Amino acid sequence: MESTNNLEKFQTIIDADTKIEPKDWMPEDYRKHLIRQISQHAHSEVIGMQPEGNWITRAPSLRAKLILLAKIQDEAGHGLYLYSACETLGISREELIDQLHTGKAKYSSIFNYAAITWADIGAIGWLVDGAAIVNQISLQRTSYGPYSRAMIRICKEESFHQRQGYEIMGKLALGTPEQKEMAQDALNRWWWPSLMMFGPHDSDSPHSGKAMTWRIKRESNDVLRQRFIDKTVQQAEVIGLKIPDDKLKWNEAKGVYEHGEINWEEFNQVINGNGPLNKIRLANHISAHENGAWVREAANAYAAKQKKEVLVA
Amino acid sequence: MTKQEALFSYTLRLGDNALILGHRLSEWSSKGPLLEEDIAMTNMALDLIGRADAMLKYAAQVEGKGRTEDDLAYKRGERQFLCNLIVQLPNGDFGYTIARQLIMSAFDICLYEELVKSKDETIAAISAKAVKEVKYHLKFATDWTLRLGDGTEESHQRIQKSFNDIWMYTGELFEMNEVDAILIKEGIAVDLNSLKARWKKIMTEVLLEATLTVPADTYMQTGSRKGVHTESLGYILAEMQYLQRAYPDAKW
Repeated sequence: MESTNNLEKFQTIIDADTKIEPKDWMPEDYRKHLIRQISQHAHSEVIGMQPEGNWITRAPSLRAKLILLAKIQDEAGHGLYLYSACETLGISREELIDQLHTGKAKYSSIFNYAAITWADIGAIGWLVDGAAIVNQISLQRTSYGPYSRAMIRICKEESFHQRQGYEIMGKLALGTPEQKEMAQDALNRWWWPSLMMFGPHDSDSPHSGKAMTWRIKRESNDVLRQRFIDKTVQQAEVIGLKIPDDKLKWNEAKGVYEHGEINWEEFNQVINGNGPLNKIRLANHISAHENGAWVREAANAYAAKQKKEVLVA
Repeated sequence: MTKQEALFSYTLRLGDNALILGHRLSEWSSKGPLLEEDIAMTNMALDLIGRADAMLKYAAQVEGKGRTEDDLAYKRGERQFLCNLIVQLPNGDFGYTIARQLIMSAFDICLYEELVKSKDETIAAISAKAVKEVKYHLKFATDWTLRLGDGTEESHQRIQKSFNDIWMYTGELFEMNEVDAILIKEGIAVDLNSLKARWKKIMTEVLLEATLTVPADTYMQTGSRKGVHTESLGYILAEMQYLQRAYPDAKW
Protein backbone atom coordinates (compact mmCIF):
# COMPACT_ATOMS: atom_id res chain seq x y z
CA MET A 1 0.00 0.00 0.00
CA GLU A 2 1.32 3.38 -0.99
CA SER A 3 -0.20 5.07 2.06
CA THR A 4 1.10 8.46 3.07
CA ASN A 5 2.44 6.78 6.16
CA ASN A 6 4.59 4.36 4.16
CA LEU A 7 5.85 7.11 1.91
CA GLU A 8 6.80 9.26 4.86
CA LYS A 9 8.59 6.40 6.56
CA PHE A 10 10.42 5.63 3.30
CA GLN A 11 11.53 9.24 2.93
CA THR A 12 12.78 9.26 6.51
CA ILE A 13 14.96 6.24 5.80
CA ILE A 14 16.28 7.90 2.63
CA ASP A 15 16.95 11.19 4.41
CA ALA A 16 18.90 9.38 7.11
CA ASP A 17 21.13 8.01 4.31
CA THR A 18 20.23 4.43 5.20
CA LYS A 19 20.26 2.05 2.22
CA ILE A 20 17.04 0.58 0.91
CA GLU A 21 17.34 -3.20 0.56
CA PRO A 22 15.40 -5.54 -1.79
CA LYS A 23 12.90 -6.72 0.83
CA ASP A 24 12.16 -3.24 2.18
CA TRP A 25 8.97 -1.46 1.24
CA MET A 26 9.49 1.01 -1.61
CA PRO A 27 7.19 3.18 -3.71
CA GLU A 28 6.34 1.68 -7.09
CA ASP A 29 7.86 4.68 -8.86
CA TYR A 30 11.13 4.20 -6.98
CA ARG A 31 11.24 0.58 -8.13
CA LYS A 32 10.44 1.55 -11.72
CA HIS A 33 12.99 4.32 -11.75
CA LEU A 34 15.66 1.95 -10.47
CA ILE A 35 14.81 -0.79 -12.96
CA ARG A 36 15.02 1.76 -15.75
CA GLN A 37 18.30 3.22 -14.56
CA ILE A 38 20.11 0.03 -13.49
CA SER A 39 19.07 -1.89 -16.59
CA GLN A 40 20.16 0.99 -18.80
CA HIS A 41 23.45 0.90 -16.99
CA ALA A 42 23.77 -2.89 -17.40
CA HIS A 43 22.88 -2.73 -21.10
CA SER A 44 25.45 0.06 -21.54
CA GLU A 45 28.19 -2.14 -20.11
CA VAL A 46 27.23 -4.96 -22.45
CA ILE A 47 26.68 -2.93 -25.64
CA GLY A 48 29.83 -1.00 -24.73
CA MET A 49 31.81 -4.20 -25.29
CA GLN A 50 31.16 -3.94 -29.03
CA PRO A 51 33.10 -0.82 -30.04
CA GLU A 52 36.14 -2.02 -28.10
CA GLY A 53 35.68 -5.66 -29.01
CA ASN A 54 35.99 -4.68 -32.63
CA TRP A 55 39.70 -3.96 -31.97
CA ILE A 56 40.71 -7.06 -29.96
CA THR A 57 41.89 -8.98 -33.00
CA ARG A 58 43.77 -5.92 -34.32
CA ALA A 59 45.38 -4.67 -31.10
CA PRO A 60 48.92 -3.65 -32.07
CA SER A 61 50.91 -5.51 -29.39
CA LEU A 62 50.38 -8.59 -27.26
CA ARG A 63 50.38 -6.41 -24.15
CA ALA A 64 47.74 -4.08 -25.61
CA LYS A 65 45.66 -7.08 -26.61
CA LEU A 66 45.81 -8.60 -23.13
CA ILE A 67 44.84 -5.34 -21.48
CA LEU A 68 41.97 -4.75 -23.88
CA LEU A 69 40.68 -8.28 -23.40
CA ALA A 70 40.83 -7.91 -19.63
CA LYS A 71 39.00 -4.61 -19.83
CA ILE A 72 36.20 -5.95 -22.00
CA GLN A 73 35.89 -8.91 -19.69
CA ASP A 74 35.50 -6.53 -16.75
CA GLU A 75 32.71 -4.78 -18.60
CA ALA A 76 30.89 -8.03 -19.15
CA GLY A 77 31.33 -8.67 -15.44
CA HIS A 78 29.90 -5.24 -14.61
CA GLY A 79 26.94 -6.08 -16.82
CA LEU A 80 26.43 -9.22 -14.75
CA TYR A 81 26.50 -7.48 -11.35
CA LEU A 82 24.13 -4.85 -12.61
CA TYR A 83 21.70 -7.38 -14.08
CA SER A 84 21.78 -9.15 -10.71
CA ALA A 85 21.18 -5.88 -8.87
CA CYS A 86 18.25 -5.24 -11.19
CA GLU A 87 16.84 -8.73 -10.65
CA THR A 88 16.52 -7.96 -6.93
CA LEU A 89 13.76 -5.55 -7.97
CA GLY A 90 11.62 -8.39 -9.27
CA ILE A 91 12.43 -8.53 -12.98
CA SER A 92 14.25 -11.37 -14.78
CA ARG A 93 17.34 -11.11 -16.96
CA GLU A 94 15.32 -12.51 -19.86
CA GLU A 95 12.77 -9.69 -19.48
CA LEU A 96 15.53 -7.12 -19.28
CA ILE A 97 17.14 -8.39 -22.47
CA ASP A 98 13.76 -8.47 -24.15
CA GLN A 99 13.25 -4.81 -23.21
CA LEU A 100 16.61 -4.00 -24.78
CA HIS A 101 15.72 -5.83 -27.97
CA THR A 102 12.32 -4.21 -28.32
CA GLY A 103 13.74 -0.75 -27.65
CA LYS A 104 11.84 -0.27 -24.40
CA ALA A 105 15.12 -0.11 -22.49
CA LYS A 106 17.95 2.13 -23.60
CA TYR A 107 21.70 2.05 -23.23
CA SER A 108 24.20 4.89 -23.18
CA SER A 109 24.14 6.63 -26.56
CA ILE A 110 27.90 6.98 -26.64
CA PHE A 111 28.18 3.37 -27.79
CA ASN A 112 26.37 4.20 -30.99
CA TYR A 113 29.48 5.99 -32.20
CA ALA A 114 32.06 4.04 -34.20
CA ALA A 115 35.53 3.07 -32.96
CA ILE A 116 37.25 3.46 -36.30
CA THR A 117 40.94 3.66 -35.41
CA TRP A 118 43.13 2.23 -32.66
CA ALA A 119 43.25 5.70 -31.10
CA ASP A 120 39.52 5.40 -30.51
CA ILE A 121 40.29 2.61 -28.05
CA GLY A 122 42.43 5.11 -26.19
CA ALA A 123 39.74 7.78 -26.40
CA ILE A 124 37.03 5.43 -25.17
CA GLY A 125 39.06 4.40 -22.13
CA TRP A 126 40.18 7.90 -21.34
CA LEU A 127 37.03 9.90 -22.08
CA VAL A 128 34.09 7.50 -22.03
CA ASP A 129 35.27 5.52 -19.01
CA GLY A 130 36.53 8.76 -17.51
CA ALA A 131 33.06 10.27 -17.78
CA ALA A 132 31.45 7.08 -16.54
CA ILE A 133 33.67 7.05 -13.43
CA VAL A 134 32.65 10.57 -12.46
CA ASN A 135 29.05 9.47 -12.60
CA GLN A 136 29.66 6.13 -10.90
CA ILE A 137 31.69 7.56 -8.02
CA SER A 138 28.69 9.72 -7.28
CA LEU A 139 26.40 6.68 -7.56
CA GLN A 140 28.35 4.75 -4.92
CA ARG A 141 26.21 6.74 -2.48
CA THR A 142 22.94 5.93 -4.23
CA SER A 143 20.11 4.94 -1.91
CA TYR A 144 19.46 1.42 -3.22
CA GLY A 145 21.83 -1.02 -1.47
CA PRO A 146 22.49 -3.55 -4.28
CA TYR A 147 23.07 -0.74 -6.81
CA SER A 148 25.40 1.11 -4.46
CA ARG A 149 27.44 -2.02 -3.77
CA ALA A 150 27.69 -2.82 -7.50
CA MET A 151 28.96 0.72 -8.08
CA ILE A 152 31.64 0.43 -5.40
CA ARG A 153 32.94 -2.74 -7.02
CA ILE A 154 32.73 -1.31 -10.53
CA CYS A 155 34.54 1.92 -9.64
CA LYS A 156 37.61 -0.02 -8.54
CA GLU A 157 37.92 -1.53 -12.00
CA GLU A 158 36.93 1.55 -13.97
CA SER A 159 39.86 3.57 -12.74
CA PHE A 160 42.16 0.94 -14.31
CA HIS A 161 40.20 1.31 -17.55
CA GLN A 162 40.60 5.01 -17.63
CA ARG A 163 44.35 4.73 -17.07
CA GLN A 164 44.55 2.14 -19.86
CA GLY A 165 42.87 4.53 -22.28
CA TYR A 166 44.99 7.46 -21.23
CA GLU A 167 48.13 5.36 -21.61
CA ILE A 168 47.20 4.48 -25.20
CA MET A 169 46.54 8.15 -25.98
CA GLY A 170 49.78 9.19 -24.34
CA LYS A 171 51.80 6.69 -26.36
CA LEU A 172 50.16 7.83 -29.58
CA ALA A 173 50.52 11.51 -28.77
CA LEU A 174 54.24 11.05 -28.20
CA GLY A 175 54.67 8.71 -31.17
CA THR A 176 55.15 9.31 -34.90
CA PRO A 177 53.35 12.25 -36.57
CA GLU A 178 50.79 9.81 -37.95
CA GLN A 179 50.12 8.42 -34.49
CA LYS A 180 49.76 11.88 -33.00
CA GLU A 181 47.30 12.79 -35.72
CA MET A 182 45.36 9.62 -34.98
CA ALA A 183 45.18 10.56 -31.28
CA GLN A 184 44.04 14.14 -31.93
CA ASP A 185 41.45 12.93 -34.43
CA ALA A 186 40.02 10.49 -31.90
CA LEU A 187 39.84 13.21 -29.25
CA ASN A 188 38.07 15.50 -31.73
CA ARG A 189 35.43 12.89 -32.44
CA TRP A 190 34.87 11.59 -28.88
CA TRP A 191 35.02 14.81 -26.86
CA TRP A 192 31.54 16.13 -27.46
CA PRO A 193 29.74 12.79 -27.29
CA SER A 194 31.53 12.22 -23.95
CA LEU A 195 30.12 15.47 -22.58
CA MET A 196 26.68 14.37 -23.74
CA MET A 197 27.00 11.23 -21.61
CA PHE A 198 25.99 13.27 -18.54
CA GLY A 199 22.60 13.95 -20.10
CA PRO A 200 20.70 17.18 -20.71
CA HIS A 201 21.35 20.37 -18.77
CA ASP A 202 19.75 20.32 -15.33
CA SER A 203 17.08 22.71 -16.54
CA ASP A 204 16.01 20.15 -19.20
CA SER A 205 16.46 16.88 -17.31
CA PRO A 206 13.10 15.09 -17.12
CA HIS A 207 14.00 12.31 -14.64
CA SER A 208 16.09 14.21 -12.14
CA GLY A 209 13.48 15.61 -9.73
CA LYS A 210 12.33 12.50 -7.88
CA ALA A 211 15.66 10.75 -8.43
CA MET A 212 17.33 13.46 -6.35
CA THR A 213 14.63 13.38 -3.64
CA TRP A 214 15.00 9.63 -3.36
CA ARG A 215 18.77 9.93 -3.50
CA ILE A 216 19.05 7.52 -6.40
CA LYS A 217 20.96 10.29 -8.06
CA ARG A 218 23.16 12.35 -5.76
CA GLU A 219 24.51 15.10 -7.99
CA SER A 220 23.13 16.87 -11.03
CA ASN A 221 24.10 16.31 -14.66
CA ASP A 222 25.80 19.69 -14.97
CA VAL A 223 27.78 19.33 -11.76
CA LEU A 224 29.12 15.95 -12.86
CA ARG A 225 29.85 17.16 -16.39
CA GLN A 226 31.83 20.11 -15.04
CA ARG A 227 33.87 17.82 -12.79
CA PHE A 228 34.75 15.66 -15.81
CA ILE A 229 35.75 18.63 -17.95
CA ASP A 230 37.95 20.12 -15.25
CA LYS A 231 40.00 16.98 -14.74
CA THR A 232 40.19 16.01 -18.42
CA VAL A 233 41.38 19.33 -19.83
CA GLN A 234 44.51 19.11 -17.73
CA GLN A 235 45.13 15.51 -18.76
CA ALA A 236 44.94 16.55 -22.44
CA GLU A 237 47.49 19.29 -21.83
CA VAL A 238 49.94 16.85 -20.26
CA ILE A 239 50.09 14.74 -23.42
CA GLY A 240 49.97 17.69 -25.78
CA LEU A 241 46.51 17.19 -27.27
CA LYS A 242 44.00 19.97 -27.89
CA ILE A 243 40.40 19.80 -26.66
CA PRO A 244 38.24 20.60 -29.72
CA ASP A 245 36.39 23.52 -28.14
CA ASP A 246 37.36 27.08 -29.09
CA LYS A 247 35.29 28.49 -26.26
CA LEU A 248 37.03 26.48 -23.60
CA LYS A 249 38.68 28.77 -21.06
CA TRP A 250 39.61 28.81 -17.40
CA ASN A 251 37.34 30.91 -15.23
CA GLU A 252 39.55 32.03 -12.38
CA ALA A 253 36.71 33.38 -10.26
CA LYS A 254 34.63 30.19 -10.39
CA GLY A 255 37.62 27.84 -10.47
CA VAL A 256 36.21 25.87 -13.41
CA TYR A 257 36.57 25.63 -17.18
CA GLU A 258 33.89 27.33 -19.25
CA HIS A 259 32.96 25.37 -22.34
CA GLY A 260 31.14 25.82 -25.64
CA GLU A 261 27.57 24.78 -26.29
CA ILE A 262 26.82 21.08 -26.70
CA ASN A 263 25.00 20.06 -29.88
CA TRP A 264 21.75 18.83 -28.31
CA GLU A 265 20.22 18.19 -31.71
CA GLU A 266 22.85 15.49 -32.29
CA PHE A 267 22.26 14.14 -28.77
CA ASN A 268 18.53 13.82 -29.38
CA GLN A 269 19.00 12.24 -32.78
CA VAL A 270 21.34 9.57 -31.40
CA ILE A 271 19.04 8.86 -28.44
CA ASN A 272 16.14 8.47 -30.83
CA GLY A 273 17.89 5.82 -32.87
CA ASN A 274 19.64 7.88 -35.52
CA GLY A 275 23.24 7.55 -34.35
CA PRO A 276 25.84 6.03 -36.66
CA LEU A 277 25.52 2.52 -35.23
CA ASN A 278 22.29 2.24 -33.19
CA LYS A 279 20.82 -0.33 -35.52
CA ILE A 280 24.00 -2.32 -35.92
CA ARG A 281 24.80 -2.52 -32.19
CA LEU A 282 21.32 -3.76 -31.41
CA ALA A 283 21.25 -6.16 -34.36
CA ASN A 284 24.55 -7.67 -33.18
CA HIS A 285 23.14 -8.23 -29.71
CA ILE A 286 19.93 -9.75 -31.06
CA SER A 287 21.83 -11.98 -33.45
CA ALA A 288 24.18 -13.29 -30.71
CA HIS A 289 21.14 -13.93 -28.51
CA GLU A 290 19.26 -15.77 -31.26
CA ASN A 291 22.31 -17.77 -32.34
CA GLY A 292 22.73 -18.86 -28.74
CA ALA A 293 19.12 -20.00 -28.27
CA TRP A 294 19.87 -23.65 -29.06
CA VAL A 295 22.77 -23.58 -26.58
CA ARG A 296 20.61 -22.19 -23.78
CA GLU A 297 17.88 -24.72 -24.56
CA ALA A 298 20.44 -27.52 -24.40
CA ALA A 299 21.75 -26.25 -21.06
CA ASN A 300 18.21 -26.15 -19.65
CA ALA A 301 17.38 -29.60 -20.98
CA TYR A 302 20.58 -31.02 -19.54
CA ALA A 303 19.97 -29.38 -16.16
CA ALA A 304 16.44 -30.80 -16.09
CA LYS A 305 17.75 -34.31 -16.82
CA GLN A 306 20.35 -34.00 -14.05
CA LYS A 307 17.69 -32.90 -11.59
CA LYS A 308 15.51 -35.84 -12.54
CA GLU A 309 18.41 -38.25 -12.05
CA VAL A 310 19.05 -36.84 -8.60
CA LEU A 311 15.35 -37.27 -7.73
CA VAL A 312 15.30 -40.86 -9.00
CA ALA A 313 18.48 -41.69 -7.12
CA MET B 1 69.93 -28.37 -36.76
CA THR B 2 71.51 -27.09 -33.55
CA LYS B 3 69.91 -27.41 -30.13
CA GLN B 4 69.33 -23.68 -30.11
CA GLU B 5 67.53 -23.78 -33.46
CA ALA B 6 65.42 -26.69 -32.26
CA LEU B 7 64.50 -24.84 -29.07
CA PHE B 8 63.57 -21.73 -31.03
CA SER B 9 61.32 -23.76 -33.30
CA TYR B 10 59.77 -25.62 -30.36
CA THR B 11 58.94 -22.49 -28.38
CA LEU B 12 57.47 -20.91 -31.51
CA ARG B 13 55.28 -23.96 -31.95
CA LEU B 14 53.98 -23.73 -28.38
CA GLY B 15 53.62 -19.94 -28.53
CA ASP B 16 51.87 -19.93 -31.90
CA ASN B 17 49.33 -22.53 -30.83
CA ALA B 18 48.41 -20.44 -27.80
CA LEU B 19 48.35 -17.21 -29.79
CA ILE B 20 46.12 -18.40 -32.60
CA LEU B 21 43.72 -20.37 -30.41
CA GLY B 22 43.51 -17.33 -28.14
CA HIS B 23 42.81 -15.16 -31.17
CA ARG B 24 39.96 -17.42 -32.23
CA LEU B 25 38.44 -17.45 -28.73
CA SER B 26 38.74 -13.68 -28.51
CA GLU B 27 36.51 -13.44 -31.57
CA TRP B 28 33.65 -14.66 -29.35
CA SER B 29 33.57 -11.36 -27.46
CA SER B 30 29.97 -10.03 -27.59
CA LYS B 31 28.85 -13.15 -29.46
CA GLY B 32 28.46 -15.69 -26.66
CA PRO B 33 25.14 -17.48 -26.05
CA LEU B 34 25.11 -16.12 -22.48
CA LEU B 35 27.02 -13.27 -20.90
CA GLU B 36 28.67 -15.78 -18.54
CA GLU B 37 29.98 -17.74 -21.53
CA ASP B 38 31.22 -14.57 -23.17
CA ILE B 39 33.28 -13.92 -20.06
CA ALA B 40 34.53 -17.51 -19.92
CA MET B 41 35.68 -17.46 -23.55
CA THR B 42 37.53 -14.15 -23.23
CA ASN B 43 39.01 -15.47 -20.01
CA MET B 44 40.45 -18.46 -21.85
CA ALA B 45 41.62 -16.14 -24.63
CA LEU B 46 43.43 -14.06 -21.99
CA ASP B 47 45.16 -17.13 -20.55
CA LEU B 48 46.22 -18.30 -23.99
CA ILE B 49 47.49 -14.96 -25.24
CA GLY B 50 49.30 -14.51 -21.94
CA ARG B 51 50.95 -17.89 -22.47
CA ALA B 52 51.81 -16.92 -26.06
CA ASP B 53 53.35 -13.69 -24.79
CA ALA B 54 55.58 -15.59 -22.35
CA MET B 55 56.51 -18.30 -24.82
CA LEU B 56 57.30 -15.92 -27.68
CA LYS B 57 59.33 -13.72 -25.37
CA TYR B 58 61.39 -16.77 -24.56
CA ALA B 59 61.59 -17.75 -28.23
CA ALA B 60 62.97 -14.32 -29.06
CA GLN B 61 65.52 -14.67 -26.30
CA VAL B 62 66.56 -18.14 -27.51
CA GLU B 63 66.92 -16.85 -31.05
CA GLY B 64 69.19 -14.06 -29.81
CA LYS B 65 68.78 -11.78 -32.80
CA GLY B 66 67.26 -8.84 -30.96
CA ARG B 67 63.68 -9.60 -31.95
CA THR B 68 60.86 -9.21 -29.42
CA GLU B 69 57.73 -11.25 -28.73
CA ASP B 70 55.78 -8.67 -30.73
CA ASP B 71 58.16 -8.98 -33.70
CA LEU B 72 57.52 -12.71 -33.66
CA ALA B 73 53.75 -12.35 -33.37
CA TYR B 74 53.30 -9.42 -35.71
CA LYS B 75 56.04 -9.63 -38.28
CA ARG B 76 56.25 -13.22 -39.39
CA GLY B 77 54.42 -14.38 -42.50
CA GLU B 78 52.08 -17.33 -42.98
CA ARG B 79 54.80 -19.88 -43.74
CA GLN B 80 56.81 -18.98 -40.65
CA PHE B 81 54.01 -19.81 -38.22
CA LEU B 82 54.12 -23.23 -36.58
CA CYS B 83 50.68 -23.52 -34.96
CA ASN B 84 48.59 -26.61 -35.59
CA LEU B 85 45.88 -26.44 -38.25
CA ILE B 86 43.12 -27.10 -35.71
CA VAL B 87 43.64 -23.82 -33.84
CA GLN B 88 43.27 -21.84 -37.07
CA LEU B 89 39.86 -23.22 -37.98
CA PRO B 90 37.06 -20.65 -37.98
CA ASN B 91 34.92 -20.73 -34.82
CA GLY B 92 31.78 -22.13 -36.41
CA ASP B 93 28.88 -22.31 -33.97
CA PHE B 94 29.32 -22.49 -30.19
CA GLY B 95 29.36 -26.29 -30.34
CA TYR B 96 32.17 -26.32 -32.89
CA THR B 97 34.25 -24.01 -30.70
CA ILE B 98 33.57 -26.25 -27.71
CA ALA B 99 34.57 -29.38 -29.65
CA ARG B 100 37.84 -27.75 -30.69
CA GLN B 101 38.40 -26.50 -27.14
CA LEU B 102 37.88 -29.92 -25.61
CA ILE B 103 40.35 -31.46 -28.05
CA MET B 104 42.93 -28.74 -27.41
CA SER B 105 42.47 -28.52 -23.64
CA ALA B 106 42.75 -32.30 -23.31
CA PHE B 107 45.89 -32.16 -25.43
CA ASP B 108 47.31 -29.22 -23.48
CA ILE B 109 46.76 -30.85 -20.10
CA CYS B 110 48.65 -33.94 -21.28
CA LEU B 111 51.41 -31.82 -22.80
CA TYR B 112 51.94 -29.24 -20.09
CA GLU B 113 51.75 -31.67 -17.19
CA GLU B 114 54.78 -33.34 -18.77
CA LEU B 115 56.52 -30.10 -19.73
CA VAL B 116 56.48 -29.03 -16.09
CA LYS B 117 59.29 -31.59 -15.76
CA SER B 118 61.27 -30.12 -18.68
CA LYS B 119 64.96 -29.53 -18.05
CA ASP B 120 64.50 -26.10 -19.58
CA GLU B 121 63.57 -23.96 -16.60
CA THR B 122 61.67 -21.33 -18.54
CA ILE B 123 59.53 -23.90 -20.33
CA ALA B 124 58.92 -25.65 -17.02
CA ALA B 125 57.85 -22.39 -15.36
CA ILE B 126 55.51 -21.34 -18.18
CA SER B 127 54.08 -24.86 -18.15
CA ALA B 128 53.38 -24.77 -14.43
CA LYS B 129 51.22 -21.70 -14.93
CA ALA B 130 49.64 -23.23 -18.04
CA VAL B 131 48.59 -26.38 -16.16
CA LYS B 132 46.56 -24.35 -13.67
CA GLU B 133 44.79 -22.52 -16.47
CA VAL B 134 44.25 -25.53 -18.70
CA LYS B 135 42.54 -27.44 -15.89
CA TYR B 136 39.86 -24.78 -15.94
CA HIS B 137 39.67 -24.75 -19.76
CA LEU B 138 39.25 -28.52 -19.77
CA LYS B 139 36.50 -28.32 -17.18
CA PHE B 140 34.70 -25.62 -19.15
CA ALA B 141 34.92 -27.57 -22.41
CA THR B 142 33.93 -30.83 -20.68
CA ASP B 143 30.89 -29.27 -18.98
CA TRP B 144 29.67 -27.81 -22.24
CA THR B 145 30.30 -31.00 -24.20
CA LEU B 146 28.09 -32.79 -21.66
CA ARG B 147 25.36 -30.16 -21.85
CA LEU B 148 25.33 -30.06 -25.63
CA GLY B 149 25.80 -33.79 -26.14
CA ASP B 150 23.15 -34.77 -23.62
CA GLY B 151 20.96 -31.67 -23.98
CA THR B 152 18.43 -31.49 -26.81
CA GLU B 153 18.24 -33.52 -30.01
CA GLU B 154 19.43 -30.47 -31.94
CA SER B 155 22.41 -29.79 -29.69
CA HIS B 156 23.36 -33.46 -29.74
CA GLN B 157 23.41 -33.54 -33.52
CA ARG B 158 25.23 -30.26 -33.84
CA ILE B 159 28.09 -31.11 -31.53
CA GLN B 160 28.40 -34.65 -32.87
CA LYS B 161 28.80 -33.19 -36.36
CA SER B 162 31.41 -30.75 -35.03
CA PHE B 163 33.49 -33.56 -33.53
CA ASN B 164 33.13 -35.56 -36.74
CA ASP B 165 34.21 -32.63 -38.90
CA ILE B 166 37.13 -31.57 -36.75
CA TRP B 167 38.52 -35.01 -35.94
CA MET B 168 40.81 -35.18 -38.98
CA TYR B 169 42.82 -32.30 -37.53
CA THR B 170 43.72 -34.17 -34.33
CA GLY B 171 46.39 -36.48 -35.75
CA GLU B 172 48.68 -33.57 -36.45
CA LEU B 173 48.88 -32.61 -32.78
CA PHE B 174 51.08 -35.64 -32.16
CA GLU B 175 53.41 -35.31 -35.17
CA MET B 176 57.10 -34.99 -34.40
CA ASN B 177 60.16 -34.02 -36.41
CA GLU B 178 63.87 -33.33 -35.92
CA VAL B 179 63.06 -30.58 -33.41
CA ASP B 180 61.42 -33.10 -31.10
CA ALA B 181 64.15 -35.67 -31.58
CA ILE B 182 66.86 -33.21 -30.52
CA LEU B 183 64.98 -31.79 -27.56
CA ILE B 184 63.66 -35.11 -26.23
CA LYS B 185 67.26 -36.28 -26.02
CA GLU B 186 68.06 -33.17 -23.96
CA GLY B 187 65.14 -33.75 -21.61
CA ILE B 188 63.53 -30.51 -22.77
CA ALA B 189 60.64 -31.69 -24.95
CA VAL B 190 58.03 -34.40 -24.49
CA ASP B 191 57.65 -37.48 -26.66
CA LEU B 192 54.21 -36.71 -28.11
CA ASN B 193 53.58 -40.39 -28.80
CA SER B 194 53.54 -40.94 -25.08
CA LEU B 195 50.65 -38.49 -24.64
CA LYS B 196 48.33 -40.06 -27.16
CA ALA B 197 46.80 -42.77 -24.99
CA ARG B 198 45.94 -40.38 -22.16
CA TRP B 199 44.51 -37.82 -24.58
CA LYS B 200 42.36 -40.49 -26.21
CA LYS B 201 41.19 -41.70 -22.81
CA ILE B 202 40.05 -38.20 -21.76
CA MET B 203 38.28 -37.66 -25.08
CA THR B 204 36.57 -41.05 -24.97
CA GLU B 205 35.36 -40.64 -21.41
CA VAL B 206 33.91 -37.19 -22.00
CA LEU B 207 32.30 -38.05 -25.33
CA LEU B 208 30.73 -41.24 -24.03
CA GLU B 209 29.36 -39.51 -20.95
CA ALA B 210 27.95 -36.86 -23.28
CA THR B 211 26.17 -39.68 -25.19
CA LEU B 212 28.35 -38.92 -28.23
CA THR B 213 30.30 -41.23 -30.51
CA VAL B 214 34.08 -40.95 -30.69
CA PRO B 215 34.83 -40.39 -34.39
CA ALA B 216 36.96 -43.02 -36.13
CA ASP B 217 40.62 -42.21 -36.79
CA THR B 218 40.54 -42.17 -40.57
CA TYR B 219 42.51 -39.84 -42.82
CA MET B 220 44.36 -37.13 -40.91
CA GLN B 221 45.36 -33.68 -42.14
CA THR B 222 48.97 -32.55 -41.90
CA GLY B 223 51.17 -29.58 -42.76
CA SER B 224 51.67 -27.17 -39.89
CA ARG B 225 55.07 -28.51 -38.80
CA LYS B 226 56.29 -27.46 -42.27
CA GLY B 227 54.44 -24.15 -42.19
CA VAL B 228 51.78 -25.35 -44.65
CA HIS B 229 48.59 -24.00 -43.13
CA THR B 230 44.86 -23.55 -43.67
CA GLU B 231 43.61 -20.62 -45.76
CA SER B 232 42.26 -19.13 -42.54
CA LEU B 233 45.68 -18.32 -41.12
CA GLY B 234 46.32 -15.64 -43.75
CA TYR B 235 43.16 -13.81 -42.73
CA ILE B 236 43.98 -14.11 -39.04
CA LEU B 237 47.42 -12.59 -39.63
CA ALA B 238 46.11 -9.91 -41.99
CA GLU B 239 43.85 -8.72 -39.19
CA MET B 240 46.19 -9.29 -36.28
CA GLN B 241 49.26 -7.74 -37.90
CA TYR B 242 47.54 -4.84 -39.66
CA LEU B 243 48.71 -1.94 -37.47
CA GLN B 244 52.27 -3.20 -37.06
CA ARG B 245 52.56 -3.70 -40.82
CA ALA B 246 50.84 -0.43 -41.78
CA TYR B 247 52.98 1.72 -39.44
CA PRO B 248 56.35 -0.07 -39.32
CA ASP B 249 58.08 2.82 -37.52
CA ALA B 250 55.49 3.24 -34.81
CA LYS B 251 55.70 1.99 -31.25
CA TRP B 252 52.47 1.07 -29.48
